[in-house]
Amino acid sequence: MALVEVRDLHKIFGPNPRKAIPLIKKGLTKQEILKKTGCTVAINGASFSIEKKETFVVMGLSGSGKSTFIRCLNRLIEPTTGEILIDGKDIMKMDKETLREVRRYKMSMVFQHFGLLPHRNVVNNVEFGLEVGGMTKDERREKAVRAIKLVGLEGFEQSMPSELSGGMQQRVGLARALANDPEILLMDEAFSALDPLIRTQMQDELLDLQTKMHKTIIFITHDLDEALKIGDRILILGPDGRVRQVGTPEEILADPADDYVKKFVQNVDRTRVITAGLIKRRSPTVCVAKDGPEAAMRLMEKHGHSHIFVVNADRVLQGILSIDDAVKLKKEKVRDLSSKINTDVYTTLPETAVADLMATALETRFPIAVIDQDGVFQGIVDRAAIIREVNEGMDDQTLTPTALSDIHDELNEREGNA
Amino acid sequence: MNQIRDIVNIGGIFESIIDWLTENGDWFFDFIALLVEGLLDGVTWVFSFPPALIIIAIFTVLAWKVATKGVALFTLIGFLLILYMGYWQQTMDTLSLVIAAVVFGLLVGIPIGIWASKSDKAWNVIRPILDFMQTLPAFVYLIPAVLLFKLGPIPGVIATLIFSLPPAVRLTNLGIRQVPTEIKEAARAFGATSSQMLVKAELPVALPTIMAGVNQTIMLALSMVVISGMIGAGGLGNVVLKGITQLKIDIGFEGGVAIVILAIFLDRVTQALSDRSGRQS
Ligand SMILES: Nc1ncnc2c1ncn2[C@@H]1O[C@H](COP(=O)(O)OP(=O)(O)OP(=O)(O)O)[C@@H](O)[C@H]1O
Ligand SMILES: [Mg+2]
Repeated sequence: MALVEVRDLHKIFGPNPRKAIPLIKKGLTKQEILKKTGCTVAINGASFSIEKKETFVVMGLSGSGKSTFIRCLNRLIEPTTGEILIDGKDIMKMDKETLREVRRYKMSMVFQHFGLLPHRNVVNNVEFGLEVGGMTKDERREKAVRAIKLVGLEGFEQSMPSELSGGMQQRVGLARALANDPEILLMDEAFSALDPLIRTQMQDELLDLQTKMHKTIIFITHDLDEALKIGDRILILGPDGRVRQVGTPEEILADPADDYVKKFVQNVDRTRVITAGLIKRRSPTVCVAKDGPEAAMRLMEKHGHSHIFVVNADRVLQGILSIDDAVKLKKEKVRDLSSKINTDVYTTLPETAVADLMATALETRFPIAVIDQDGVFQGIVDRAAIIREVNEGMDDQTLTPTALSDIHDELNEREGNA
Repeated sequence: MNQIRDIVNIGGIFESIIDWLTENGDWFFDFIALLVEGLLDGVTWVFSFPPALIIIAIFTVLAWKVATKGVALFTLIGFLLILYMGYWQQTMDTLSLVIAAVVFGLLVGIPIGIWASKSDKAWNVIRPILDFMQTLPAFVYLIPAVLLFKLGPIPGVIATLIFSLPPAVRLTNLGIRQVPTEIKEAARAFGATSSQMLVKAELPVALPTIMAGVNQTIMLALSMVVISGMIGAGGLGNVVLKGITQLKIDIGFEGGVAIVILAIFLDRVTQALSDRSGRQS
């Protein structure tokens, strides 16, 4: 079962919200309803579910109801109608006491402008949630210190928030949210107030933390690049407060549900989203443990390559062997390939974005080898594949200049494939 | 015109309200008087018991620690001057009266301010009352105070308290309303109860503003000193009034200087305290 289950959620701000519901059902627009009743429709019939341990990003333009939505989950804002089930229990039916328990132990929140208490130092801020929950001083201090360590703020325990930079303040916000080890983390534009460099760094660190912690993260952003980078799945809210699409980054890029989403994703830098793992090709390899120059030459001839990647018995990449060296080895009657393996090749992890490979791709003679954390060979990414990705993102009409060497490469490639 | 005046006699209505209060609320006002008297006696004792020089030393050190060296120097010279002019006892009486009035004023004003900040309805009722209280000439407070509490320092404290209450209410209300939404949201999102939110988030964040209200309350209380002297509150008010009624310019002037010295001392010290609470956040 999904961890969070949202069913037909509506939130209407205004003097008499329930009066607006029948108008919504009739299909009137947000503007018409505002004119008729003075009510603002912020969320309009949202239904979806969030799985355990996924990073679920809600994305939309300003005023699309993102903040309202995330505040409905912990009832900082009371939803108008609908159901929000967390672990099967309806948040909206909880009494005050139960709701406080959920806020204290089940989910915590990180705010856009940090929301730190200015009169408390870092460690006392981080302790806040534990303190209101009634934990003893020693116990909560220990947990707070651990959370501070987790976000890399060791040594700043006694600093006041006003003495810290924005990025550091948000780390305090994050530590405060992590201190009680909640299952769900609500993050409302948590990185939007930070400057771009720090922002990217915080995104990376969140991804890093997530690989260790496996929380369920609900992350709000208005920035599609951020959504694509950190989201396992993305929900796109339209300006009318309606859910337009829910899907993985690739699904949304490849198959936008409607014109609104299409327009949205048009300007995305695809090379930042598409990863080496997605565009890698399989490539023949020889195994240093059992294959000799003979076998290597045969494979190269068969595929029309002038080189071949060499792996060991565990498929861990050893290097590359050129056809000239293979011929030499054969002449010298050496069966072992190891003496001629050239280790001067570039490698990358499958999750590296294409944009980050471009510079390397232009520089290297060989394709870039894709290997996993343990060095196991997965396939190759060549210059042509990267260029194809870059061109895909451009409008069909725009013709960009292409270097002659790239055209040659592409031609070679086609010959090779044929 | 006179006939209409007889039918709707505003002053008469006021008079009958006061009459009714004196008859039926006697026990209540006696109780208040008892409380005020207790506090006033206590404070007066604290300031009258030690020798003047020791109190001057304490004030000077306080001014130095809390404010600046300059303020400390001013305090030293100023209070020595008061001692030299021979108004020490009167100054301490006035200080006690001001402190008693301010303590009661804050005890009443800050909770009302908190209540006003939590409820728009309450604020809509309280605000016009505060406006009324602040625009009414200070003398007018003396009449009900005397009628309900007789003459002497106790009605002096009561009139001063009522006159100086509004800024405490206003600035407490303002301070809490100005606490950033995200801080309030954060407190709630981490499971704070309403009282935890008030004590751990709202009041500390609003403290600099509330302290500014305390400062204004003290200043207003001081400005009532001469007026409350008219109902026998004693202290420096009496000195100044004597100067006025007996046309003794020297006495009136000396009393005035003593009030100014006290005012500057209290203002600088509370101002520094309020800046301090602001700097911390
Ligand atoms: N307290 C409120 N009273 C009335 N209307 C509100 C209230 N809060 C939000 N709204 C309205 O609800 C809609 C959604 O607002 P919300 O703040 O959720 O948008 P958002 O997607 O978070 O925007 P942003 O990117 O600017 O933060 C807007 O039209 C807004 O004007
Ligand atoms: Mg928002």
